[in-house]
Amino acid sequence: MISSTSETILSIEDLHASVEDQEILHGVNLVVKEGEIHAIMGRNGSGKSTLSKVIAGHPSYKVLSGSIQFKGIDILELEPEERARIGIFLGFQYPVEIPGVSNLEFLRVATNSRRKELLKSELDTFEFEDLVKERLKIVEMDPAFLERSVNEGFSGGEKKRNEILQMALLEPFISILDETDSGLDIDALRIVASGINRLSQPNSATILITHYQRLLNEITPDFVHIMADGKIIKTGNKELAIDLEKSGYDFIDKNSKEKEMAK
Amino acid sequence: MKSSTIYQEWLDSLPPTEGYLKNEQSIGRKFLLEKGMPSKKDEAWRLSNFSKLNNFLSLPTIIDKEDIKSIFPAKDANRERIIIHPNKNPLNINLPNGIEHLNKREIEDNLGKIVKSTNIKNDISVCLNQASSLELLALKVKRNFNQSLEIVIPSIEGKSISTRILLLIEEGAKLDLLQILTGNNNSAQNHLIEIKLESKVELTHGLISLGEEKDSSSICTLAVEQSEKSKYSLHSIHHGWDYARYEPRIIQREGEASTIIKGLQVTKSKEQIATHSLIRFEGPNGKLDQLQKAVASEYSHCIFNGSIEVPQKAQKTEAAQLSRNLLLSKRARIDTKPELEIVADDVRCTHGATVSQLQDEELFYLLSRGIDNKHANSLLLKGYYDEVISHLPKSAGKWNFIEKLMQDIKK
Repeated sequence: MISSTSETILSIEDLHASVEDQEILHGVNLVVKEGEIHAIMGRNGSGKSTLSKVIAGHPSYKVLSGSIQFKGIDILELEPEERARIGIFLGFQYPVEIPGVSNLEFLRVATNSRRKELLKSELDTFEFEDLVKERLKIVEMDPAFLERSVNEGFSGGEKKRNEILQMALLEPFISILDETDSGLDIDALRIVASGINRLSQPNSATILITHYQRLLNEITPDFVHIMADGKIIKTGNKELAIDLEKSGYDFIDKNSKEKEMAK
Repeated sequence: MKSSTIYQEWLDSLPPTEGYLKNEQSIGRKFLLEKGMPSKKDEAWRLSNFSKLNNFLSLPTIIDKEDIKSIFPAKDANRERIIIHPNKNPLNINLPNGIEHLNKREIEDNLGKIVKSTNIKNDISVCLNQASSLELLALKVKRNFNQSLEIVIPSIEGKSISTRILLLIEEGAKLDLLQILTGNNNSAQNHLIEIKLESKVELTHGLISLGEEKDSSSICTLAVEQSEKSKYSLHSIHHGWDYARYEPRIIQREGEASTIIKGLQVTKSKEQIATHSLIRFEGPNGKLDQLQKAVASEYSHCIFNGSIEVPQKAQKTEAAQLSRNLLLSKRARIDTKPELEIVADDVRCTHGATVSQLQDEELFYLLSRGIDNKHANSLLLKGYYDEVISHLPKSAGKWNFIEKLMQDIKK
């Protein structure tokens, strides 16, 4: 779905960020255009999740330098809720359980916040129920989960489906899905992946953060980036993911050793 | 003015002992005269705000008929409502099928017995009520009947009132009781309810206690005696009182019964709300599930003292007590103290207490979905309240307590 006239949705330049005074991102550069699917791979601790949290505006992460622009707007000044409303979606690696807060109510309030931004009318309880029932089909989720508290007692697979359901309701321009495939069995992975595929639009883009190539068998990325030590060190196409699956991350160590030697 | 003077003046202001509660009034007054005001030395009153208690005792106790002007939401079709006006004989009310007034003998046999059996030393809350209650609502739910009832006790502006209820629930009966206590500007109310559950009784008891107005205070004692195979569940909310003291006491007379108590107290500004609970098992195989939640913001103070007594004869008791607390400001204060006295050796008793703030990760999750900070906080608080308020009857919503609980959220 990439075309030469595609607009840039997300543009990250030389991003340095820290958590608890420890610098994790050491200069990330990334440009994502409409219609594109990007995969970011890398070891634990390479900075993938940090990058996703920084984009979403998590208050524990501090941006030290660099910029993040969303459709030409500097988002670093925006609160997390403002970022979400203009169309940035973060699919959590570990969706948070919130006892006592009804999932249905949560989904409705979130959807209406986004609709307000898009100058669409807010949905009342009945209208929203119609919408959510239709969107449930995308992730083949049991409506019973709407009646429960947000993510409380959900299995790993159910939590991830609930994340994709939120994506389906919020219709973001960019979705950053942090290890959406972790903890899923083969069937659940297919359902979640097919949901993501169905939700991708010519005017939206997706960033998949993953450890494994198996998700990329279901969702074909246009670009594959490899992160190490808080930077994107290599970018390629789907083949890169396949190579990585075969040879592992050892080449990273080799590269960094060579760099050390060159110094 | 000195506390002792206020106390003496309060006692002096009471009308002469008279009527069918004459004996009770004498007992209460005699005790108060002998014991004097509670002090910091009384363990159960150690944390109490005595200047607020003085305010409580400074209000006049004489009530004219014109004093009562309250407007309430419409009553439910299937739940009879009783509004208690102090100084007014409560005999002239509509009672649903299966609920009757107690006769003189039944009152004599039971009044004061349940609360006395809780064996609280220096039982000041109760004696203040005994000394000043002039009327009694005494009812029974007849054997095997299944009924609902709403009892509303409004405070009166500028006055102190004292109300008392005795409720007998006969074998096999079921009652869904909703009690509403409301405050008023510069008002005080002392309420004492004694309830006796005969065997196989099921009582669902909701207590919504809303101070709402400026400088309202409340002292509420609830004494319940459970016979074997009875089930008692109590869900309470205390909110909006400048000063409130709530003392639920439950005795499982023969064990073999089940008790669920879930309480929520929410304070703001300089309010102080305290819950002192006591549950005692006097026989084997009793079950208790107790949850006490508190939310304190601004400069307010929440107190919880939870006693559980499991004597030797109460083998195979299963009791769980949990106190969960949210501190929403640095200047607010929460004191929580479980007190388990377990003598029996074959029991399962657990207790725990947590004090925390709203969880940052939960908040971020909601924000990351576009929900604004204020709304996200209110969703989280509502979620926190849910464990208690979701058990109140749906129709209780008309008292707008959820809206009142949510009003306090500061951005």
